[in-house]
Amino acid sequence: MIPAPAKSERQALEQSAEKADSRRGLLISLPSYLYLVLFFAIPFGIVFVYSFATRSRTGRTVLEGWNLDSYGRLGDSIVREIAFRSLVLAVVTTVVCLLASYPFAYYIATRRPAIRNVLLVLVMIPFWSNFLVRTYAWRVLLGTNGPISQLSQLLGGDEIRILFTNTAVLIGLVYGYLPFMVLPLYASLERMDWNLVEAARDLYADGWTAFRRITLPLSMPGVIAGSILVFIPSLGAYVTPALLGGARTTLLGDYIVGQFLSARNWPYGSALSVAVMVVMLFAAVFYFRAGAKNA
Amino acid sequence: MTVSAAIRPKSPIERLLASNSWLVFAFLYLPILLLIGFSFNENRNVGIWTGFSTRWYGEMFQNNDVMRALRNTLIVALVSTLVSTALGTMAAIAMERFRFRGRGTLDGLLYLPIIIPDVTMAVMMLLFFAQAFDLVGGFARVNFGLGTIALSHIAFNISFVAVVVRARLSMLDRALEEAAADLYADRWQIFRRVTLPLIMPGVAGGALLALTLSLDDVVVTSFVSGPGSTTLPVYVFGLVRRGVTPLINAVSTVMLVASMVLVGVSLLFQRGSRSPDQEEGLT
Repeated sequence: MIPAPAKSERQALEQSAEKADSRRGLLISLPSYLYLVLFFAIPFGIVFVYSFATRSRTGRTVLEGWNLDSYGRLGDSIVREIAFRSLVLAVVTTVVCLLASYPFAYYIATRRPAIRNVLLVLVMIPFWSNFLVRTYAWRVLLGTNGPISQLSQLLGGDEIRILFTNTAVLIGLVYGYLPFMVLPLYASLERMDWNLVEAARDLYADGWTAFRRITLPLSMPGVIAGSILVFIPSLGAYVTPALLGGARTTLLGDYIVGQFLSARNWPYGSALSVAVMVVMLFAAVFYFRAGAKNA
Repeated sequence: MTVSAAIRPKSPIERLLASNSWLVFAFLYLPILLLIGFSFNENRNVGIWTGFSTRWYGEMFQNNDVMRALRNTLIVALVSTLVSTALGTMAAIAMERFRFRGRGTLDGLLYLPIIIPDVTMAVMMLLFFAQAFDLVGGFARVNFGLGTIALSHIAFNISFVAVVVRARLSMLDRALEEAAADLYADRWQIFRRVTLPLIMPGVAGGALLALTLSLDDVVVTSFVSGPGSTTLPVYVFGLVRRGVTPLINAVSTVMLVASMVLVGVSLLFQRGSRSPDQEEGLT
């Protein structure tokens, strides 16, 4: 029998193995670590720094005379109006997606496995298809002489004029982000132990009660994940409002882009970006907290 | 299946669920199908159908701007997918299999690019490159172009690859790797012969996601592209803002069909690479 090494010796061995492991881990992560520091953390820092800089009369950003003016402008009524409009739109998009997706995901999750997989693929295909093109399709559909308007006139109705309104943006956002809601909902419903529902029914719960007390709480992680996944890109959306929205109903994404590409007020645009990122971070923290609680 | 048994009778609720689902499917597919249909419309006016024609596809292939943008798109997508898949996979392995100093920071760095909207990502990259060019401007001739686009795409793609590969790694049975170690495989052999083959579907899925995001991106690319380095989505976006033309319909259809084929192939591929016991676990 090999004598067991002395306690301190074993500890030293374990420690050095741990150290070697730690070194190895750091080495493997190093390329992505360096990349993300250089091309993500530092850019983030630059935006933060720029948000305190001044803008010269010619539109150049001057990295001196640090001030809080850009943040002061965040309280302006125009910003409040744009932020509120974007927030309402993002919330409505999320709610519409949730209401349409929950029964949809429930239906898919309760099919036979073979059918379920086919239906799931049918959801995945638009999800993976080009976002710009899918949004563009609505531009064609909703045009004054587009198919929807023609159909309406054929049926004796009026021309449909919703392109370049927030209704069109809402349709575009729901269309674009619906799969983001369906997939997490489906994942949480599919994982669910349906015996619990059966047990509830055995205990004389009616269908609605069983749903409200068992299914809904158990699928809550999916509801929260899906809502965050829809809400975040909706709030910062740029492409959809640019293609389907009107010039008079500016939204947050468009407003920020404008500060860089047309107004050339980089400090103000940076401050807006920082503010949006803070909101997103809060949403994400809420998401992870909720996820941890439900796991 | 207890599920089907519980809801087998065709209740009104069941019917309601089914009709809602068909409505959602119609909502998802009708716009796409109509767009494809309209791309074969011969009329210059998009809304009025006069006859079947492929003339817009012919024009598309003869349009130098479209072809250059297509070439740019493919170069950027390929480079950024390859690099971000390699880096993202390495990051995922480090995060799932090792404890090291700075692990928490990397975790945060990996999640942030997913959380923030692309508009803010675009702003970050623009300011970063503008500032960097300001600094090195005296030493080298550098400017916005395909390089800055690819570097920016890699920056957001690493995280998405890492998330997908990590999900796969966390499902992996550690016992398989331990068994290999018991059979005197060294670390590299374990990775090469056990871990990598098992996470390959995750790596492929991550690469596909990176490729899709790169081919999709409009906002970040338009912020960091230079003269002559426009990608196809940015080019189309610019055209669409000016109005709807049949040429855009044709280009859009090609982009759409290309992404659908990509997904179809990858789904088939992933199905083929799934081992029987996993298949059982999934159903």
